Amino acid sequence: PALGLFLFTIARDPLRIIILIAGAFFWLVSLLLSSLIWFIAVKASDPQDEPLQKGLLIFGVMFSVLLQEAFRFLYYKLLRKAIEGLVALSEDGCSPISIQQMAYVAGVGFGLMSGAFSMINLLADALGPGTVGIHGDSQLYFLTSAFMTMVLIFLHTFWGILFFHGCEHRRWWEIMAVVVMHLAVSGSTFCNPLYMGSLVPSYLLMAAAATWAYLLSGGSAQNLRRFLLCK
Amino acid sequence: MITFMNNSDSEEEPCNERTSLMSAESPPVPSYQDGLQTAEAGEAQAHRKRRTGSSRSPNNIADGDVSDLGVPVRESALENEEEELTLKYGAKHVIMLFVPVTLCMIVVVATIKSVRFYTEKNGQLIYTPFSEDTPSVGQRLLNSVLNTIIMISVIVVMTVFLVLLYKYRCYKFIHGWLILSSLMLLFLFTYIYLGEVLKTYNVAMDYPTLFLVIWNFGAVGMICIHWKGPLQLQQAYLIMISALMALVFIKYLPEWSAWVILGAISIYDLMAVLCPKGPLRMLVETAQERNEPIFPALIYSSAMMWTVGMAKPDTAARGASQQTWDAAEDGGENPLHADSQMSETRSPGTTRPITSFEELEEEERGVKLGLGDFIFYSVLVGKAAATASGDWNTTLACFVAILIGLCLTLLLLAVFKKALPALPISITFGLVFYFSTDNLVRPFMDTLASHQLYI
Repeated sequence: PALGLFLFTIARDPLRIIILIAGAFFWLVSLLLSSLIWFIAVKASDPQDEPLQKGLLIFGVMFSVLLQEAFRFLYYKLLRKAIEGLVALSEDGCSPISIQQMAYVAGVGFGLMSGAFSMINLLADALGPGTVGIHGDSQLYFLTSAFMTMVLIFLHTFWGILFFHGCEHRRWWEIMAVVVMHLAVSGSTFCNPLYMGSLVPSYLLMAAAATWAYLLSGGSAQNLRRFLLCK
Repeated sequence: MITFMNNSDSEEEPCNERTSLMSAESPPVPSYQDGLQTAEAGEAQAHRKRRTGSSRSPNNIADGDVSDLGVPVRESALENEEEELTLKYGAKHVIMLFVPVTLCMIVVVATIKSVRFYTEKNGQLIYTPFSEDTPSVGQRLLNSVLNTIIMISVIVVMTVFLVLLYKYRCYKFIHGWLILSSLMLLFLFTYIYLGEVLKTYNVAMDYPTLFLVIWNFGAVGMICIHWKGPLQLQQAYLIMISALMALVFIKYLPEWSAWVILGAISIYDLMAVLCPKGPLRMLVETAQERNEPIFPALIYSSAMMWTVGMAKPDTAARGASQQTWDAAEDGGENPLHADSQMSETRSPGTTRPITSFEELEEEERGVKLGLGDFIFYSVLVGKAAATASGDWNTTLACFVAILIGLCLTLLLLAVFKKALPALPISITFGLVFYFSTDNLVRPFMDTLASHQLYI
């Protein structure tokens, strides 16, 4: 689905592609920094101590989430500056791309990158021989991973829109809500072989974020009805 | 190097590669990278000259009739528009360069992942004589540094040699060199590549078919690259030969040497293009003085091809000298035609250039990127795919890093408006991301994935 989003909405306009790649880059940098922190923490601690490792991992995850959101904010700042530049340069005084489109593209960029990083090694291994869950792990590993990744990509997209909107209108509670949601989703993956705990809340949150973003972008129930009935 | 004409030292590598592999059989073929750079330099300079000195340039004899007043006014009025156009088309150009770079990288990564030939170590180039199978780390490091020094000095020597050739107008020699190199590349390397791919997929192909396929491929390639051909086909061929070259590098360069060479090449690129005494800079200036067309092949141009018609040569000449150097494809041929036809179209040409110039603004213009840049980007990503244990994550990270570097370089190009090295920023980003992803991110992601946690 993310690829479909990309193809249909982003690939047409070169500016969007650049924003997408830059978004992916920002996510990557945030991942890098967070893994650096985790790495240092792990090296500094005792590798034999299991609960400690688990705890460190959790800490790493949370920290990474916070860092991702921080980078989203930085990216927002950068895009604001870029918009001003584009407006100054364009012939008719208005920017070729609006901040909402940028928000959408940035969200997709983040999402794609995070999804790619989560899934791609899995996919590569999936091409090879093997049985899923042979050591007593869940047999639905691949399936759930796929769904989780998809929901995460969508969530990133919606969070991008919400986040930028919050920054635009200075509504801090929106931003906080995004951060909290992200933390919640990541946190819910902690109970992960118990898939009910992670997938279902994530999907619910995604639905909530989707409707919120939709309303923020100016949609309404009427628009939806008209679209669905192909008026 | 990106220039609206890019000179990349790495162009030399192909020739060096080739000579090393063929060293037993034929005399060394000088690198055509220099020729490329010369060519590019020539074109850029020619275009620049035409732009600034349009009333005086021999190409625009017809324009000489246009009053000098007209020229500066038009130029200043156009400058603002050009600035805007630069950045308006900027995104488009970036994408026009993204796509081929991405394609080249995809081809290289796909081949590396599937065909095992390119990851086996079967010996080294004569340009990297020191082996890396030494027991101690220090020795290995030393060997790789020595390898790098040798490689870089070979490149420098080749570049200087080509500058000299260009200075002393040995064009035939350069042409012959270029043709010979691309011939070898198209036929020999394709043969090897095809052989390996067929081996991997266990597809049998008899020799006559093989001969036919390779002959067609090579012949069409030669025509496309050195003469005229559809733009897309030429681009495709350039991408393919870059990928082939990169694959050869990945196979024959030992690991540490490869990374050190990448770093050293970007530093050299930086110096050679920007320093006043750098060989590439000298090339550029020489070609500028002579206002000469560049040699075809070995730069990738993303622009639409100009049709060579009566009025077009004027406009091609003029249009090519846009401030942003968005030069027409096949600029090498066109100025020649322009010269010959200019005298014929003298009178009608005087009025037409002015109007058609505005038309030009609407047409596609392109950015030129040296093939060596393609090659080295692909080498970086290919090495990441081949040797990183984090596999796809690292590859992906390097890919994004290189694209971002390319973006930034193009941005700088739009700001500075002169030939810039394309390698340094991208390669730096790529190297940083490669090493950090491989060592830092990979354990993190692996642990996360094993617990199925998501961040």
